[in-house]
Amino acid sequence: MEVKTQRFRRASAQALADDSLQSAMGRAIGHFDQARQAAIEELTPELWERYRQRGQEIKSHTIENLDYYLGLLAWRVEGNGGTVHFATDTREATDIVLDLARTRGVKSVVKSKSMLSEEMDLNSALESQDIEPVETDLGEYIIQLAGETPFHIIAPAMHKSKEEVSELFFDKLRTPRLTEIEEMAAAARQALRQKFLDADMGVTGVNFAVAETGTIVIVTNEGNGRMCTSLPRIHVALMGMEKVVPALEDMAVMLRLLPRAATGQRITSYVTFVSGPRRRSDEDGPDEFHLVIMDNNRSKLLADPELREALNCIRCGACLNTCPVYQKVGGHAYGYVYPGPIGAVITPVMVGLPKAKDLPFASSLCGACREVCPIKINIPRMLLKLRGDLAEGGRGQRKVSWWERALVRAWAITVRSERSLAWTRGIASLLQRPFVSGGRMRRIPFPPFSRWTRNRDFPGLAPRSFHQQWEKELKDRPSPTPPPSVRKRE
Amino acid sequence: MAARQAECSRPAEPVGLAKATSPLLPLAELPNARLPTLKASLFVTCLVDQFFPEVGESVVTVLRRLGVEVDFPQGQTCCGQPAFNSGFRSQAKANAERFLDLFQDSEYVVTPSGSCASMLKVFYPELLHDAPALQERADDLSRRTYEFSQFLVHILGLTDVGAAYDGTVTYHASCHLLRELEVTKEPLLLIEEVKGARFVPLDGTNECCGFGGAFSVKYPEISAAILEDKLRNIEATGADALVACDSGCLMHIAGAMSRRGMKTRPLHLAQLLAREGNHGG
Repeated sequence: MEVKTQRFRRASAQALADDSLQSAMGRAIGHFDQARQAAIEELTPELWERYRQRGQEIKSHTIENLDYYLGLLAWRVEGNGGTVHFATDTREATDIVLDLARTRGVKSVVKSKSMLSEEMDLNSALESQDIEPVETDLGEYIIQLAGETPFHIIAPAMHKSKEEVSELFFDKLRTPRLTEIEEMAAAARQALRQKFLDADMGVTGVNFAVAETGTIVIVTNEGNGRMCTSLPRIHVALMGMEKVVPALEDMAVMLRLLPRAATGQRITSYVTFVSGPRRRSDEDGPDEFHLVIMDNNRSKLLADPELREALNCIRCGACLNTCPVYQKVGGHAYGYVYPGPIGAVITPVMVGLPKAKDLPFASSLCGACREVCPIKINIPRMLLKLRGDLAEGGRGQRKVSWWERALVRAWAITVRSERSLAWTRGIASLLQRPFVSGGRMRRIPFPPFSRWTRNRDFPGLAPRSFHQQWEKELKDRPSPTPPPSVRKRE
Repeated sequence: MAARQAECSRPAEPVGLAKATSPLLPLAELPNARLPTLKASLFVTCLVDQFFPEVGESVVTVLRRLGVEVDFPQGQTCCGQPAFNSGFRSQAKANAERFLDLFQDSEYVVTPSGSCASMLKVFYPELLHDAPALQERADDLSRRTYEFSQFLVHILGLTDVGAAYDGTVTYHASCHLLRELEVTKEPLLLIEEVKGARFVPLDGTNECCGFGGAFSVKYPEISAAILEDKLRNIEATGADALVACDSGCLMHIAGAMSRRGMKTRPLHLAQLLAREGNHGG
């Protein structure tokens, strides 16, 4: 996918100014976040905590032993009659898929949701070879018709209102102007049915891959994933190398965590387990099953002990829904496949830190992401780590501007001792004089303060600092006798 | 009196101290005899020092009222959090080392800020993890450091500190207080016991106000958009006072409240608790 992370500033400002986007997004995100909370309440928060704990243990153990489990997975998949392809980057992965399509005379491809294929920009690659890719997840289908990229990792068309979709279908599918969501879903189903029947190849994502049995697990709500894995003669599944889990019993934990965190469901409408191509005794299923396991700089995350935890992510999107920044700027502003808090961690590593230097700073570090993460990933800590690299990292990583550096330097000198602080305070209280009225400043004309006073008043320095107040007055003020109401409890 | 009690909105579930989610000592295990001789060093925070000294004064007032001996290590400036959050870790380390020396001999360190307390309690040990000698001292300081409401409820074992306020009060839960220190109920327990204060819950109290330190000037539009939601919720409470445990959040929210002339006044928890009055309670 084309990297647009450099444009975060401009894109986020545009998103904030887009009223229709703001209202569509506000509704949808609020819905997801409330559904998640309700699902946890129902399960009981105590039990949820135990599942989270176990989920974290499973993922951390697997990531620490990733080479072993990937080896086991590949061996099992081959044993089941499938073929495993390892791809270092998106180009290799794309070549593998195109090569399969070419050698097997594939003319059309049906796709179920796959963020990996977004990393690869697979649809453009297929089109360039005159192969028709058709997205079959409703949200993805809408996005494909609109010529956009996903807005959210689990709800790609979250930002589109009903009216916009109706207009899009009228325009692209030549439907009448539909008003009901059910009608639009039916129109999409109608359009897609023949595509399923005609397709030579089905491409799907992978939510989990079970090493001990060589099984891939796909979690969907529309049944399109199951059709993609069973109708076409070739099934190609795309997975990031972090998606593996050791054993089938681990799914008992993961399948409780993922749907609740993602959509607030106890379980999704369809959970598909695929272990290889059709066997002789099977009535249907593909002739061939290919599993493409892609790295695309995930090994850089693996190599860094402070960022490794990002590989624990199961892509539920809960951190997006709860993030105050994502709630305001939406998915497209982040400029790459993975938006939101987890995107601000993995995108810089995938596309290169300098290109994505604004993302780690696009957070108030409020920690809501960590709180909702079903795998308890400490996202704020990793954002801090990336900020550290941008401020003090090696050559090519340092990207913090000169003026920010200068400010930090000046601040460092100021706070080195109480005396230098008092001295700076003296200067500042002179400087602030023209701007203060009634103890506050409505406008300070120079940055960084001007950026504050655009929307908010800034307080003036207090007439006396606490240091001064303590020396002059508080230090020797006699202690009062505690009033009778103050007694130790019980 | 009965009518006032009925109006007083309380947290949804019974909030015995055992329910407070801080990973601290249960009250029962604290020796009573130590209460009168407790000594606490005030870490006032640079924001309070420069902009809101009345908050520091309130902390001193409340602690002395409760029989705590308060001292103020004069060399203190900033804990280094601004540098740390901006990625300048080596600078933050220098600040951390200064603070380790400053509070070396303090029995307790009390600070009226969830986020500055987090810096000392949570981030210093992480920041200094590659220097074993320093890390040990950081761990030690971490154990002795308490955010103001944490100190009152868990160390002094008090929720009624003899305060009175005539008016409606709502509460914004600051992010670091909530998620780094896991202080959730303590401020509410304290507010609940303020005589005359009628508590009104704030919708989205746990949501960020958009401050985030340097974030507020790096991305002023995003920050202000987040703040907008907070203001709307505050306005809906119609409360006389907005209480929080962090002067950073309060400065941010108050800056917008004064800009639009809202009548709700920002109040640090310490300021609320420092107030005494004749409410016949």
